[in-house]
Amino acid sequence: MRWAVIVFPGSNCDEDARWAIERATGDAVDLVWHTQASLDGYDAIVLPGGFSYGDYLRSGAIARFSPVMQAVRRAAEAGRLVLGICNGFQILTEAGLLPGALVRNDHLQFRCELCELEVVSADSPFTAGYQPGERIRIPIAHGEGRYIADPSTLDALERKGRVAFRYRDNVNGSLRGIAGILGHRGNVLGMMPHPERAVAEWMGSVDGLRVFTSMRVWHEARAKGGVEVG
Amino acid sequence: MSVWQAEVRVWLKPSVFDPQGAAVQQALRSLGHDGVEEVRIGKSMVLTVRAETAAEAEDQVRAMCEELLCNPVMETYTFTVRPLEEASVGGRAR
Repeated sequence: MRWAVIVFPGSNCDEDARWAIERATGDAVDLVWHTQASLDGYDAIVLPGGFSYGDYLRSGAIARFSPVMQAVRRAAEAGRLVLGICNGFQILTEAGLLPGALVRNDHLQFRCELCELEVVSADSPFTAGYQPGERIRIPIAHGEGRYIADPSTLDALERKGRVAFRYRDNVNGSLRGIAGILGHRGNVLGMMPHPERAVAEWMGSVDGLRVFTSMRVWHEARAKGGVEVG
Repeated sequence: MSVWQAEVRVWLKPSVFDPQGAAVQQALRSLGHDGVEEVRIGKSMVLTVRAETAAEAEDQVRAMCEELLCNPVMETYTFTVRPLEEASVGGRAR
């Protein structure tokens, strides 16, 4: 399986994501600079955390115009896996690949802490390795992670099983406690918590590993013709 | 061709909680400004735009707001356009 971790100016979790994915899956991972216009050949694309373009204007607002984003859009449309973590989630919402927006935490604090989540939907390429309702611990590190969307969008997300993760203790004021959501076909996931920071015992949790192993299992099954997305 | 100055104001939609505004309101209250009912904090952007007419400048700025300056999921905007200077005619044609 071939993985690309996109590097924007201001990304700062790219190396961590690569390390975690290599550790979790044994696959090779390429760091791909944002000016690259093609992502052909990659089975999974990860938009890492950080502060792309200094969070100028709005988090993720400028990264959306990077040449690589057209390739990310095509990959998503082709049913390949796209995972946006933290700033990557913000970029996916700004690009319209996921609904809603991420705004300033309701308490105005930047929170960097291990956080308990509930796996709401275990029926996706990213979460199939978890049990529905399972409680897991994955760190957050953000000042603008409060998920908002209009009520009808929130209802639709919940009705269609597109809420992947919810905060057990709503750490940022997200509407309905949403920590991560799936795209309408299930092959795009955006999440504020950092699964790449929970892949070894010494990190305090290994609960992030299964995001990456689930993606790999899904890809292998799909390559054999076993699963289709959406 | 004339040069116009546009001032764009972007702030959170009324339905979206503004924690910065709430914090500033509390600070104002602690200074004794009890009459402050609400504070909403937004952004102001000043653009210098070249266009034939005010209407054309407004069309350009509106498009910029829709495409980039404002995220309609969470924000709303207004703007004003005023003439900055009369540029010399006979310059670059659009």
